[in-house]
Amino acid sequence: MKLELRGITKRFGAMVANDKVSLTVQPGEIHCLLGENGAGKSTLMNVLYGLYQADEGEILLDDEVQKFAGPGEAMAAGIGMVHQHFMLIPVFTVAENVILGHEPTKFGGVLDLKQARDKVRELSNRFGFDIDPDAIVGELPVGVQQRVEIIKALISDAKVLVFDEPTAVLTPQETDELMAIMKQLRQAGHAIVFITHKLREVKEVADRITVLRLGKVVGEAKPTDTAEQLASMMVGRAVDLDVNKGAPKLGKKAFVVEGLNAWNEAGTQVLFDVSLDVHEGEILVIAGVQGNGQTELTEVILGAHARTTGKVSLDDQDLLGKSIKQILDLGLGFVPEDRTQDGLVGEFTIAENLILDRSDRKPFAKGPSIQPKVVREFAQEKLKQYDIRAQSIDSTAKQLSGGNQQKVVLARELSRDLRLLVASQPTRGLDVGSIEFVHDQIIAARDSGIPVVIVATELDEATQLGDRIAVMYRGKIVGIVPADTPRTVLGQMMAGVA
Amino acid sequence: MKNNRIVREILNTSASTTVFAVLASFIVGGVLIAVANQDVQTAVGYFFNRPGDTFAALWNAVSGAYAAMFRGAIYNYNAHDFANGISPITDTLAFATPITLAGLGLAVAFRSGLFNIGANGQIIFGAMLSGWVAIYVQAPVYVLFPLAVLAGLVGGAIWGGLVGLLKATTGANEVIVTIMFNYIAVYLLGYLLKTPVLKAPQSINPVSLPVQNDAKFPLLFGSDYRLHAGFFVMLAAVAFVWWLLNRSTIGYQFRALGHNPDASKVAGINIGMTYILVMAISGALSGLAGASQILGTERVLTTGVAASYGIDAITVALLGRSKPLGVLAAGILFGALRAGAVTMQANQNVPSEIVLVVQSLIVLFIAAPPLVRAMFRLPKVVKA
Amino acid sequence: MRQSRKASITMLALAVFSFVLWAMAPATATTIKVATDSDIIKLPDFNVSPMLVSAISAIVMLGVALFVGWLAVKKNRKAPRWAIVLFGLAFVVQALVLLFSGKTMTISDLLRGSLVLAVPLIFGSMAGVLSERVGVVNIAIEGQLLAGAFTSALIASITHSLWLGLVGALIAGAAVSWILAVFSIKYVVDQIIVGVVLNVLVIGLTSFFFSTVMQANQSVFNSPPRFDSIAIPLLSQIPVLGPMLFTQTAIVYLMYVALAAVYFFMFKTRWGLRVRAVGEYPLAADTVGIKVYRTRYISVVIGGALAGLGGAAFTLGSVGAFGDKMTNGAGYIALAALIFGRWNPILAALAGLLFGFAQNLQYVLTAVGSPVPSELLLMLPYALTVVAVAGLVGKVTGPASAGKPYIKS
Repeated sequence: MKLELRGITKRFGAMVANDKVSLTVQPGEIHCLLGENGAGKSTLMNVLYGLYQADEGEILLDDEVQKFAGPGEAMAAGIGMVHQHFMLIPVFTVAENVILGHEPTKFGGVLDLKQARDKVRELSNRFGFDIDPDAIVGELPVGVQQRVEIIKALISDAKVLVFDEPTAVLTPQETDELMAIMKQLRQAGHAIVFITHKLREVKEVADRITVLRLGKVVGEAKPTDTAEQLASMMVGRAVDLDVNKGAPKLGKKAFVVEGLNAWNEAGTQVLFDVSLDVHEGEILVIAGVQGNGQTELTEVILGAHARTTGKVSLDDQDLLGKSIKQILDLGLGFVPEDRTQDGLVGEFTIAENLILDRSDRKPFAKGPSIQPKVVREFAQEKLKQYDIRAQSIDSTAKQLSGGNQQKVVLARELSRDLRLLVASQPTRGLDVGSIEFVHDQIIAARDSGIPVVIVATELDEATQLGDRIAVMYRGKIVGIVPADTPRTVLGQMMAGVA
Repeated sequence: MKNNRIVREILNTSASTTVFAVLASFIVGGVLIAVANQDVQTAVGYFFNRPGDTFAALWNAVSGAYAAMFRGAIYNYNAHDFANGISPITDTLAFATPITLAGLGLAVAFRSGLFNIGANGQIIFGAMLSGWVAIYVQAPVYVLFPLAVLAGLVGGAIWGGLVGLLKATTGANEVIVTIMFNYIAVYLLGYLLKTPVLKAPQSINPVSLPVQNDAKFPLLFGSDYRLHAGFFVMLAAVAFVWWLLNRSTIGYQFRALGHNPDASKVAGINIGMTYILVMAISGALSGLAGASQILGTERVLTTGVAASYGIDAITVALLGRSKPLGVLAAGILFGALRAGAVTMQANQNVPSEIVLVVQSLIVLFIAAPPLVRAMFRLPKVVKA
Repeated sequence: MRQSRKASITMLALAVFSFVLWAMAPATATTIKVATDSDIIKLPDFNVSPMLVSAISAIVMLGVALFVGWLAVKKNRKAPRWAIVLFGLAFVVQALVLLFSGKTMTISDLLRGSLVLAVPLIFGSMAGVLSERVGVVNIAIEGQLLAGAFTSALIASITHSLWLGLVGALIAGAAVSWILAVFSIKYVVDQIIVGVVLNVLVIGLTSFFFSTVMQANQSVFNSPPRFDSIAIPLLSQIPVLGPMLFTQTAIVYLMYVALAAVYFFMFKTRWGLRVRAVGEYPLAADTVGIKVYRTRYISVVIGGALAGLGGAAFTLGSVGAFGDKMTNGAGYIALAALIFGRWNPILAALAGLLFGFAQNLQYVLTAVGSPVPSELLLMLPYALTVVAVAGLVGKVTGPASAGKPYIKS
């Protein structure tokens, strides 16, 4: 089935998310939609999928104009979507998830789960997925969940398949397998839209490439174009994909983790015998696919994890057993992985967010009272220093763009006397300009002689930022290697193969 | 710039919504009064013969009721002299005192993200402890009186703090726990009023001895008026809560917790301790309401000591948008409704429960501005 | 693991309490009367020693507590359900035998009254299941019950028809929950706030009209007929349980049907799957074409209608006439039963039965002249709920999106 989008425009208030976007995808073709975060890719696909209504333009399937009032109609017309954030219900079984919305029934609306199971098995076998239809989805690994999502799209006989940033959560190996699945689907005659901002993947599978920037199509590119060419089209200016940093000037070994084990609330062990050390003036990257214990490791360092054994020390002071407050006081700067959830109070102003960790300390507090004047002056200063783009220090955090939110977090964390900086996925979801800014700040912190720990899920960021890379897999450190280790080797380590 | 901000705030809170919501609720209340009125029912029976009678009866029922409410709540224009005429407004303030105190308590919790609907139980605990001290402790007035007030504060703080403790240590949902604690408090008071702990020795009813004279809140205008010095405690509490929420470091942490507990935790705020502190302060304010009841107006402990103030407090905190001055205004409004309802019931035979209807409607209407706008065909508020 | 440790600590504490009770147990025997007049086979009355029963119970409880603790620490496993049931049973038996020491405990009295008192709770908890499973927190069960009680009494009085009274209850409960739905879905008001305020509104309305209309003309507006008990042949003659379950009013039989239907629809049908999907993850449901708002409205309103029937159980099913604020917190106990039963209609019904039992026990004890103060027994469901929410049940997780509005962009 051929898909065509003609002059799609979608506005949210004054913001134009899609501006006369046109796009054609032929059957048996993988068409890449390339663009930065916020370029309007997901909006466009939500219009296609009936979740949003376009203000202008039309959608055509095999040259017939379609009107989708909701996703149900888009699905019925043959459009399937593999969502970036899986649209799966964690407490349901695979079979229940897959049939949701078009359930096979026996008499009077009684579910026919047997038929559902058979269908799951059949599709699962056809693509070599090996999925148990009775497994509870929430208990499956992320890679398998994605396959459930793919089956869900295929089971309703979709001819047009949309993959929205599908590799964000996958290991390099799983990514390769997904690429193979996409090629297999192309072979079977599906029209595939592949949304991504990862140039490597684009170059591997794309037949055609359309680049979006600020809601507009800026042009088509060829898979044979270089990564730099694709990147500058995406960003709109020449881009230097490398991070500029000099050789590290190593000081003493300041941060040490030895034989660390940790258990979560449910009693499952999440960290196994983790050992690592970081010198002053060094960046150690913890690389790995999300969900392999990195989050828990940073939580242990922060003091947010209750059940641990082993040793974590900073400047020869033991951190385990100390409260978060005490550890922050020892000089930990912490940039959490999810800034809107753990880093900022969305309803608070920038000024209020900047003192979140020091609201009861001098000079911001005098006795039991807050000193509004001091707080405001501090905020004005940081606003300038970190180039935070906001109407004023009284803007709330949730009004800010992702990049500016991250700047607020960095401004707060770096303004204390740091002895250790821990940052989890500090550039996740940011535009290229903000990524450069964040990287520069982290390197500046390193060069000022602070030991730095970065959690990275993307290999590019790991190799660019790190002086050394520690790879985690299933709660263990698989190995600690130099930053110039080949990607294939790192990829195998991340998958637990090596 | 600062002036601009104030103007914007007034525009955004849209005082008109509040005014119209109150108006709409009174209109609905008027309809109910008319429907339930015997004369109206009779007149409707022969509506087609003499429609004028129906309208006259309608007017008499509704205007009579609301006029009685005004006489009971604001100024009694039928009184012989001015001193008696202003008695109602002092009644209103006397009613407003416990309502506002408990409302402030809930406001503190709401702003901290804790849905404390346990004001009823906390008032009872405050009244119980305060009452026990005021009845049985023998001490000079300058010890006894502060001790009795403090006991109320502590009683509420314990009953509220316990909820915070449960939430901090076990993660128990505070909505469920406070609801259950309300009932537990009611039955506990009922039980203690049957035992020598609280029951008056000679009484066969579950009633305590009266509190000692030295422990009472002094009456402000003599024995003809109900308004007592607890009113000033309430005003002080308004100021305290304003400072707490807007200027204090722990208030800052309360609000941070209320908006985003995860980020608060990562920033080093001790979540568990803060839950306990929030609930203790919240409970303490309700406990003060209990003290004001027993030491100011009731004078003896009965199972009805909390009246309906636990529910009033919820609606007052919501109506006042959990801001101290808003709660004060809402508290006085509801105090007026309570005071007026007494006269309305006595003079016009309109049951005081009409107040509950008006009260809940006000909150519902305010919670849904589009509904109020639709009812009065108001234009949509343009946000700056 | 921390949860199960907490459970075992709670159990240990209760077991110790049980030993204390054993130490204080009186020597006078408790007479247990099992038989009823209608039984086919008559079982004889028998006497038990409170000391002996206490000893057995205390030892069983200690054993279970230690076993659960051992599971938690060594095997890292949660307490199995049978252990919790056995533990609770031992405790209840001990408490009963002690409370009735020197008196006669008539089992059928205890059970039959329990079910009658549990009926509104069970209807109410079904309303909670239907509402919360679809993602709308229902604090307004109390209001739905009260509206049902008032309307059914009023309509049945005017029309002299029990069945029209039931229809009135159905509509009244549905109306209250419809307001809950409109405010929480359309106006996106906090669901707990709407629930609490709705309860106040219904109390206000019913009290107002009770005082003005019903009391002024009791014979016309508040003298409804009552449902008679109907004994189902054979079934009602089963010893012990027969009279309790099968010599009841039509409302109780209606409850059995409703309970089975709610369970079946929720877990076996397409409709139920969609309801649960909307309550767990509305966006995911939306992306497969399920109409989130419509599903929420329908489920919430049907739930309210059932709670309305529960309200009719107060009037047409037992007392007849409506009394001011007669539900007296039953809605909140139904809410507790819902949580106790982990949002499962059958388990919630069992929890409702337990709470009904506690209430009934208080009446029966007063009747036999037991010195235990009624307030402490009345307190029991509430205290148990606090213990459950905090300790034994630990972190109960309801439907993931309950309480959160779904806002379509």
